[in-house]
Amino acid sequence: MMRSAWLDPVREPTRRLSPQVLAPLAVLLVAFLALNVAIAVLIVSGRLDGHWYDFRDLGNAVQALREWLDDRTADQPGWLSDLLGDHWLSYIVTALIGAIGILSFVGVVLLVLIWVERRLIGRIQVRRGPNRVGPFGLLQPFADAIKLIQKETLIPRGADRFMFYLPPVLVFIPGLLVWAPVPWAPHMSYLDINVGVLYLIAISSLSTLAIFMAGWSSNNHYALLGAMRTVAMMISYEIPLSIALLSVVLFTGSMQLSEIVQWQADHNMWLGVLMPLALFTFFFSSTAELNRTPNDIAEAESEIVAGFHTEYSGMKFGLFYAVELGNAVAVAAFVGTFFLGGWSLFGLEEWVPPYLVFALKIAAGYFVLVWLRGTLPRFRLDQLMMFAWKYLIPISLLQVILVAFERSIFEHWDVPGVIPLALFTIVNAVFAVRIVRFWARFLGYRPERETLLAPTLTRSVGGLQAAQRMRTVR
Amino acid sequence: MTTASEPYVLNIGPQHPSTHGVFRLRVVMDGERIQDIDMVVGYLHRSMEKLAEERTYTQNIPFTDRTDYLAAMSNNLGYCLAAERLAGIEVPDRASYLRVIFAELQRLASHSMANGTFINDAGAWQTPLMYMFREREKILDLFEMTCGARLTTNYMRIGGVAFDPPAEFFPAVNALIDELPDRIAEYTELLVDNEILLARSRGVGVVSAEDAINGSLVGPVLRASGVPWDLRKAEAYCAYGDFDFEIPVGHVGDCYDRFMVRLEEMRQSVRIIRQALDGLPSGPHKTEIPLALRPAPGEAYARVEGPRGELGFYVVSDGGPAPFRFHIRAPSLINLSLLREMAVGTSLPDAIVTLGSLDIVVGEIDR
Repeated sequence: MMRSAWLDPVREPTRRLSPQVLAPLAVLLVAFLALNVAIAVLIVSGRLDGHWYDFRDLGNAVQALREWLDDRTADQPGWLSDLLGDHWLSYIVTALIGAIGILSFVGVVLLVLIWVERRLIGRIQVRRGPNRVGPFGLLQPFADAIKLIQKETLIPRGADRFMFYLPPVLVFIPGLLVWAPVPWAPHMSYLDINVGVLYLIAISSLSTLAIFMAGWSSNNHYALLGAMRTVAMMISYEIPLSIALLSVVLFTGSMQLSEIVQWQADHNMWLGVLMPLALFTFFFSSTAELNRTPNDIAEAESEIVAGFHTEYSGMKFGLFYAVELGNAVAVAAFVGTFFLGGWSLFGLEEWVPPYLVFALKIAAGYFVLVWLRGTLPRFRLDQLMMFAWKYLIPISLLQVILVAFERSIFEHWDVPGVIPLALFTIVNAVFAVRIVRFWARFLGYRPERETLLAPTLTRSVGGLQAAQRMRTVR
Repeated sequence: MTTASEPYVLNIGPQHPSTHGVFRLRVVMDGERIQDIDMVVGYLHRSMEKLAEERTYTQNIPFTDRTDYLAAMSNNLGYCLAAERLAGIEVPDRASYLRVIFAELQRLASHSMANGTFINDAGAWQTPLMYMFREREKILDLFEMTCGARLTTNYMRIGGVAFDPPAEFFPAVNALIDELPDRIAEYTELLVDNEILLARSRGVGVVSAEDAINGSLVGPVLRASGVPWDLRKAEAYCAYGDFDFEIPVGHVGDCYDRFMVRLEEMRQSVRIIRQALDGLPSGPHKTEIPLALRPAPGEAYARVEGPRGELGFYVVSDGGPAPFRFHIRAPSLINLSLLREMAVGTSLPDAIVTLGSLDIVVGEIDR
């Protein structure tokens, strides 16, 4: 019998988790949520104050631990207190807890999201994605990691060995550091500094150096081209990215990330809704900094093979890959923090742990990034540069001017905050649409007519004369 | 202060994601700008033309599969037409119609692949390629149903086709051509108005009609440049004269026009297949020919409109059982010859997109 797979497709039975596994998980989840709600009821009714058992905010628990440690060490001065101050033990312990928390979060996220990304891309591309190693292919990232670690590390002849070894490690440092100021819940952030936005901008541009080192030391034209492209793009897109964040800082009046989230929670208003243009600018610039489609020109596969990490093999390549993924998640986190209300969700954060709300927003942002990667072609380098300098920077500067006016109106107008915010939302949305259209026309862009795009159909054939006749007919 | 940069040589290929096989470009670049391109071919040379001189006429059909491995049916057809012209063999009507059906299915499969890889070269991460592979798979399933092979079909014979399609072929092909217009509309929706694709491919790799004719370009690349030339209309070989279809002609001859011409040709192919299936005559599917065909001394040239363009086969007989000389006019090689003119002065991404839009198959270039 001839095979006709698509007339009578042989479907693999869909694999599901067995009820023996699923039932306890469901019970645990329901119990967890019920406990949350119970604690929330007790706290709202005033019968409890927020304390360490309020695990909806892990900051409470750490704070309690800190106080307990301070009580123990306050009356026992020693040379360490002389050196580091009275609270040295609580300081070191909480710092360690936070660092371990961030490291384990990033580690787990990297392993899980490799699988998530490949599965999602598989779905987008009408195929299955990894589904062989472990249930649903969940162990695929582990298999990949083991494979990469086992591989031989090749160093091209003529490469600068020290500079070649350094970048995979260097690129990891900013990838971890950016997670420090992220506010997960009202009191749950590792480094709640008052120049958080500045810190972020500074840290995020550090990886450029590592990437350029990688490209330069590889002694490979593709790697060099990729590195040059990365540097050009990072420098260009830092500016619109910073300007977009400037709008946020102007309006909320703070550079502290927790304050920015608190502002959004207090006013029940997402900054992404209030200023969509800033959200778009930030997101687009971030994809450029991340080297993800449509801006993945630094490692454009069809042109320069793998860009700056062409010569890296084994776990060195694995580190680059992991950092790229981790940065994508970090961008999702910052879009969530700055523009989508962080851990707040219109009062829901009272009833479920805020860090879960925030994780949900990260997941949503990350999904959009994967979706873009699965859909769009790539820009050219000069087009991207043009887009940054001639398009994004002017319109985001105009946006900042508008936001500055709105801020001063917001401060001095003596009406309930809802009215100006609603007004500004409408004004900003209209402004965004108008300025995008106006600036595109100003730069000479004209939308193509549908008839111009489609080829002409003809029934007669001929050579050059026929071609010229067809040209004159049009 | 003045800055100066000196040109360097970038070696693209033979192993590179977008050279579509083992094809090599030596590109002299100044920064991202291309100053010169050297095309190095021959990595896939298998001396097909010489080998063919040692084998009988029928034994040569499988060789033609392996030149353009994405359009085996069209290659079989071209060679068989040449051999028939040489030996003066008549082909039954049913065989002609079946040849049209399979050649057009092959065109659909090949154009899916061409457009998919073109978008891939423009940087879309595999998604349109995977969509188009979905339809190509179904076409290859139809081939497998009929002749047992998916890629190197070896289906056409001198004097007809090897097999009549099985009974289950007809519902399957009807279902496919009912489905295909929706799928092509899906690609149109995803890609045709995509601003990034427009920005990447409009005005890139432009060839004027005059240059296209002077450069002897063929197929979709020629038609995209505005020359209404299609052998299916001009020579109406097989049964193409019986069918009502149109040929798409592009406007400026850039990469986008080539993409659009291929997309429109897919629609027209569906039209042709539908008409051919409706009017499929009954009767034998091949004429019997002697096992060792010994055509009278002479020469014959036959050409067909393959997916990549005008595909010619030149066969010379000295009266023996094997061709005295066998030559293939490969459209890929001829289309490629203008790449230098298209790409010099542009940047590397433009050159890659242009190369993708030419739709080369290295097996055919090197033979």
